[in-house]
Amino acid sequence: MELKSPPPVRRLTPGTPVTPLHVHGPANRTRPTVSSGNVQAAPVGVPPAALVAEPTAVVLPLAPRRAPSATIERMRIDNVTISYAGKPAVKDVSLPVRQGEVLAMIGPSGCGKTTLLRSLNRLTELTKSAKLEGQISLDGTDIATLEPTELRRRVTMVFQQPNPFPMSTFENVAYVLRDQAKRRPNKASLRPAVESALARAGLLEEVKDNLDHPALRLSGGQQQRLCIARALAADPEVLLLDEPCSALDPQSTKVIEELIVKLRQEVAIVIVTHNLQQAHRVADHVAFMYLGELVEYATAPALFARPREQRTKDYVGGAFG
Amino acid sequence: MSTTAPEAPTRKSAAGSSAAWRLSDRIGLGFAWFVGLLFCAICAAIVIFMAVKGLQFLHVSDLWTNATATNGGGFLTPEENTAIVVGIAMLIAVPVGVAIAVWLSEYNRPRVLARVVESTVEMLAGIPSIVLALFGVLLFELHDLSFLSQTTPTGAVYGLSFFAAGPILGVLGLPYVVTPVREGLQAIPNHVREASYALGKSKAATIRRVLLPANRPSIITGSMLSAGHVIGDTAIILFLLGDTLTRYPVGHTPVLSLLRGTGDSMTSVIFDNAPTGDLNNPPKAYAMAFVLLLVVLALNVVVDVFGRRTKELRWS
Repeated sequence: MELKSPPPVRRLTPGTPVTPLHVHGPANRTRPTVSSGNVQAAPVGVPPAALVAEPTAVVLPLAPRRAPSATIERMRIDNVTISYAGKPAVKDVSLPVRQGEVLAMIGPSGCGKTTLLRSLNRLTELTKSAKLEGQISLDGTDIATLEPTELRRRVTMVFQQPNPFPMSTFENVAYVLRDQAKRRPNKASLRPAVESALARAGLLEEVKDNLDHPALRLSGGQQQRLCIARALAADPEVLLLDEPCSALDPQSTKVIEELIVKLRQEVAIVIVTHNLQQAHRVADHVAFMYLGELVEYATAPALFARPREQRTKDYVGGAFG
Repeated sequence: MSTTAPEAPTRKSAAGSSAAWRLSDRIGLGFAWFVGLLFCAICAAIVIFMAVKGLQFLHVSDLWTNATATNGGGFLTPEENTAIVVGIAMLIAVPVGVAIAVWLSEYNRPRVLARVVESTVEMLAGIPSIVLALFGVLLFELHDLSFLSQTTPTGAVYGLSFFAAGPILGVLGLPYVVTPVREGLQAIPNHVREASYALGKSKAATIRRVLLPANRPSIITGSMLSAGHVIGDTAIILFLLGDTLTRYPVGHTPVLSLLRGTGDSMTSVIFDNAPTGDLNNPPKAYAMAFVLLLVVLALNVVVDVFGRRTKELRWS
């Protein structure tokens, strides 16, 4: 296994927990995707002294990014402003969401990143006082013109807390596949689709013998992968992840991050994260938001290594957040 | 910089010992213990008294035999009658109660109406059952409802039947279903609902396939609490079931004739056999009361078991 770039040096600010960056373990190098080294990581075992030597921002190796032709634009956020009871939470944000890459939204608490994420499948509408200006389109169609249920089958979401439904693992996925209007398909006919969704989420091997066990008996990491499987079962164009690993242990986080990187070829992925290391590990593009504004949008290496804005520099450098 | 070392802990913890509390707090604590133990003692005394008296007079065979002119015992018919009226009551109280709870918790619109229903349900829990019973008498004596009971040759409607007692008992039991089911629904974190919406599911599908299954333990708890309450009610039975010593079927259709007719229940048997009742046969009242107590205790054990199980599988 040859490294395409020299072993990178990762520098962290003091106090940052030293977690190995997992995404590019040897197993992932063989990932048959168009990417040629998206996310770079330090080899495990860099002495901690080297990690804290430089007080500036995380310095990333500059690997060649995937050519733009490998991505397909799925959603466009155009001049979107979202306010709750007149108080703006997201101010005039424009962003593309592309299949073939992972878009991470980072920023301190209350910066509007989750609100923006939830507006992509119109979950913000569940809050009565929320009001959205601007336009969000999915494959060229304004999402405001779509039925919310149709939109949410095409733009599915995974939440911060693993929340399997109180039914079996099988039924959790089958629930998504059963269309209300039609007669209920029987279990056997749903089985291939359920198993394929579980396989895409990398969970099938672990649960295939216990598909009828209650999903809430799975471990936290498995529950979250089940939630991802559930979200994939609808065969969406876009997958929204709202801090999917913040309730999980590092090992489960690693598995899910690997999964995210793998899935970006099949579905456009938007991930909101508090964890800069995670954004660094999984994202191709990063949007840094602060107080409702989109401060900076750039490729992950560029944003972390050469932030243009002072606020970005301060945030990724750990000055606030 | 202050260098004051933290005081060495002299006691295990401030909250650990009440010796350091203010006098008023210590009196309060003592009172709380006293009242708690007193009520335990009262409950235990009732159960022990009923057990002693009950076991003294209860012949186990009474549980599955009928009273005859000679033996005076036999509880089978009242037991069956109680099961029937409570069954009818639950058939009404559980679906209606769950529906009200879902509407209050998940829709809550229009808000004014929701508040009215909410206070109505709360008030219902406070209405004495004899008032409901009297209301039931007035209701089921209506000519339009004569098909539910017996009509005298002179054209008066009796208004006494299983069909009359069951629904009014259902109204009595309704609040005991609504409250736990509603609380159970509200305990389900919002992100679980959103997870279902975020998969393109409608609100109806979310309620039916996610929220109600998730809430099954509280539905069972509510039903059992409600049944436990309804089973012990006497006023409605006396007023609306007729408290006739045997069943008086009306008409000849197999099941309908029984349900349109009158009968007695476990509680009315106790009432009649108590020293104040018409029959004044206390041993039989004690025996029946003991059986009733056991049934209610069993229902409470079920509530307890399901209450525990609710906590088992939960979201963080």
